[in-house]
Amino acid sequence: MLILHCPYCGVMADETELHGGGEAHLTRHGPGSSDEDFHDYLFAKENPRGVHFERWRHVQGCGKWFHAARDTATLEVFGTYPAQTTEPPKAIRKAITAKRPGWTWRGFSDPAK
Amino acid sequence: MRRYSAFAIAREAARYHSGWGKAWSSPEPKKKYDVIIVGAGGHGLATAFYLGRNFGITNVAVIEKGWLGGGNTGRNTTIIRSNYLQDPSAAIYEKSRSLYETMSQDLNYNVMFSPRGVMMLAQTQAEVRGYLRTAQANALQGVSTRFIQPAEVKKLVPIINLDGPRYPVLGALWQDRAGTARHDAVAWGYARACSDMGMDIIQQCEVTAVRREGGRVVGVDTTKGAIDCDKLGIVVAGNSGVMAERAGFRLPIESVALQALVSEPIKPCMDVVVMANTVHGYMSQSDKGEMVIGGGADGFNNYTQRGSFHHIEETVRALVETFPMVSRLKMLRQWGGIVDMTGDRSPILSKTPVEGVFINGGWGTGGFKATPGSGWAMAELMAKGHSPLTDEFSMWRFKEGKFIDESVAAGVAH
Repeated sequence: MLILHCPYCGVMADETELHGGGEAHLTRHGPGSSDEDFHDYLFAKENPRGVHFERWRHVQGCGKWFHAARDTATLEVFGTYPAQTTEPPKAIRKAITAKRPGWTWRGFSDPAK
Repeated sequence: MRRYSAFAIAREAARYHSGWGKAWSSPEPKKKYDVIIVGAGGHGLATAFYLGRNFGITNVAVIEKGWLGGGNTGRNTTIIRSNYLQDPSAAIYEKSRSLYETMSQDLNYNVMFSPRGVMMLAQTQAEVRGYLRTAQANALQGVSTRFIQPAEVKKLVPIINLDGPRYPVLGALWQDRAGTARHDAVAWGYARACSDMGMDIIQQCEVTAVRREGGRVVGVDTTKGAIDCDKLGIVVAGNSGVMAERAGFRLPIESVALQALVSEPIKPCMDVVVMANTVHGYMSQSDKGEMVIGGGADGFNNYTQRGSFHHIEETVRALVETFPMVSRLKMLRQWGGIVDMTGDRSPILSKTPVEGVFINGGWGTGGFKATPGSGWAMAELMAKGHSPLTDEFSMWRFKEGKFIDESVAAGVAH
């Protein structure tokens, strides 16, 4: 069972208390965007075997959306953080680097780089 | 290859079974092949088999990072059916189901295909309407299914509880030509037939990179060295996204864990497959007597072949409601496999942005039933560059909005 820390209410919440919302830090392409961008936004999701950033909602708790940094191959959680950001905070990226040196995810990587 | 037969059993019985020999050989890779298939699961081996059988292409290697049939081929609940709603799905799944009927003879390998019938319970009015619609669609597609009433459900499955307090059984979609097969035997049978045609099955060998020149594939790098090829087929189920990245393109696929479990063996009590999609539990009885139970998929991307306990709880709760007699059954084993999900829950059989590279994946939670049909269609696509069975399953259909929307028709349990 996956256990995530809700950054809003501070609870360590079980997977059954949460709802996965898919890939985080999406750029939303709408009317006026190219077909390519719209397709990628809707369908071409990141699907890495390793470091991944996701949205989660604390549905059976405070009801708020937050982000989690996780390893999809080991289920290790690197940290969670509030959703009001367009990129993972430095502390989270550092925490990932400590465990997975050289990681990259879309445009993001180790903060020292 | 020595044929398996009743005579062969008698012959070997007389000499302490010393003459069986290996079912397939495990050679070192050659420098170059006409075609390399990545992934020696059912679909990969079936693709290789039909390349040889239907198109005479036998200079083929099937490369597997683990062991043959050790992924989803050996982890599914062995259900075979073809009662899909959309025409392209019905075509490929029905082709597949019909190939299962003669597979044991075609491969000279007993895959224990058992056309015992598959029943999909309707437990809400919406489901009743959905399955009536599917039955009509199947009639037009030439797939034999029909909608049956609760009394007939009870007659076919005496252990079922029709009057569940929350979700009573209101009828069912019944396909009597559907059933189960021994999933390992399907992979083993294809492997033996491929090896017999002179193809190389190379296990414990991971493809680490796809080499390209001018937008065209020229070979692969593996843990056993570089191997050249003219055409490359990627048939790796849950790892489709990882392999696509190594080949330099992206797929509209996300990988999640799906799990299953089996009970202790009990006396024969149910001779059909029952799927209850609303409460999400499906069950059949294996020849050994174990109840084979399909569970839920995790709600987040992951590559861990295990699953989680609360899904077992949900599944078992649904089954106890539907089949009260299973309430005291002990469960023996539980396992997970990584399924590759597309946005419309239909597979991708397609050319790719890299010339000479073909992809067969996205079968999601229901790939086993499609094994022979998928191989048949993929072989035609790779040999001729086009197949009527794969036209609609292009990886670019999402961009064009040409979905083959089966997620509504079939629910989670494919």
